[in-house]
Amino acid sequence: MSYYGESIAHSSLLGVGLGILLGTGINFGIIVVCLLFGILFLWLQQSKILSTDTLLGVLAHLALSIGIIVISLNRIKIDIHAFLFGDILTVSSNDLWMMYLGVILVIFLVSFNWSSLLLVTIDEDLARAEGINPIYINLLLTTILTIVVAVSLQIIGLLLITAMLIIPAATSRRLANSPEQMALIATLIGIFSVILGIFLSVEIDAPSGPSIVVVSATLFFLSYLFNFLIKKD
Amino acid sequence: MKTINALISASNVSVIKHHKSILKNIDIQINKNDFITIIGPNGAGKTMLLKCLMGFYKPNFGEIQKKDKLKIGYMPQSINVINTMPMTVKNFITVRKKYDDISFKQVVSEIDIRQLVDKQLSVLSGGEIQRVLLARSLLNNPDLLVLDEPAQNLDISGQLSFYKLIQEIYSKRDISILMVSHDLHLVMVSTKKVLCLSNHICCSGKPQQVAQDPEFISMFGKDMANMMAVYQHTNHTSQIDNHLIDGEIK
Repeated sequence: MSYYGESIAHSSLLGVGLGILLGTGINFGIIVVCLLFGILFLWLQQSKILSTDTLLGVLAHLALSIGIIVISLNRIKIDIHAFLFGDILTVSSNDLWMMYLGVILVIFLVSFNWSSLLLVTIDEDLARAEGINPIYINLLLTTILTIVVAVSLQIIGLLLITAMLIIPAATSRRLANSPEQMALIATLIGIFSVILGIFLSVEIDAPSGPSIVVVSATLFFLSYLFNFLIKKD
Repeated sequence: MKTINALISASNVSVIKHHKSILKNIDIQINKNDFITIIGPNGAGKTMLLKCLMGFYKPNFGEIQKKDKLKIGYMPQSINVINTMPMTVKNFITVRKKYDDISFKQVVSEIDIRQLVDKQLSVLSGGEIQRVLLARSLLNNPDLLVLDEPAQNLDISGQLSFYKLIQEIYSKRDISILMVSHDLHLVMVSTKKVLCLSNHICCSGKPQQVAQDPEFISMFGKDMANMMAVYQHTNHTSQIDNHLIDGEIK
């Protein structure tokens, strides 16, 4: 399901295009399109017509392609590059406030539903037996992912958002002893990667997204090396 | 009166999926202190029946009634996401459970997993994981324990000790057990009722009755029926009390 995040990220470009085209603003467009995409996906997955991977592969790339077509229409003049790979220079102070709001909302949603999210991740039937409806939790997860995609799109870029969903968590997996620790350490690693990555992008004049991912992946390999050395002793 | 007393009562339950009849006119009642084992070939609808009874799945036809405030402990066949995140056994058993220290310690000693509680789930063996799943399902003192092929991934000695544990739980706790199992010859001693399922209920009753049922023999073969007879025989001594009572009635 890690690629569920990627698919939602891919669908966000359509939201960017429609948001500009209809004059509703980029953030609004992203949130509406990503949420609709997430719900459509959950519904199709529930009906079990296609396998999850096939479904994600088809829908995500369709959404990305339609997004690129919409943006390529002559009326819209934006730099697709900035949305694909992230460009910190496009972030306005208004966007910054949106990010603060998004972060608070995500922390709130995750911590209030933590144990249910955890149990559904471990086993959906176990969760059902204890009175959780996994559909609601999956909808919640879609909402959280949508917010994350919306607030990080301009910095990381939609092609690399998945990297930030997976790499810090994978690094943290090596170091943590409990799911709570893993979430906390992954968050710290994520913050550290973003700060260092932005410094790197200024230093070598590179786009912010790839710089952040390079830092994050370096930390990932270092954690493995660290683990390997500790086990050797 | 009978339906109100039952923990779960299903009448005329049918499930149709993709134009195929998965369950057909199932009537089943789970009462207090029942020990029911569901057997049947692959694709017989055993897991679907469990899902309907627990309310995970709404059948196309029929009615399922649950007793008010019925506490169900559910033990799935296995859990999938063990390696993607770190988690200790204690953390797993207690996640999203309201519990106190005394009942936790009680379950831990009952299932004999004291040496496992601080270990990571990812390092446990198949048998240890089954025990941990069982412990979790028992933490809230359920009225009904539902087990879906609990010993599927265990070797023969693991199966034996696991079913022995189930038998102990059944005799010590005030609990009903509903179990899907292929290892009928191993649960013969414990189970009070066997329900043979092949989309519809082929036969049901006491294990020794079911073993002689023509439909059972045609489904599982004579060998299984004979094997069950042997197991039944070796158990005579331990069930001597029951036999005396039987004798008096006859």
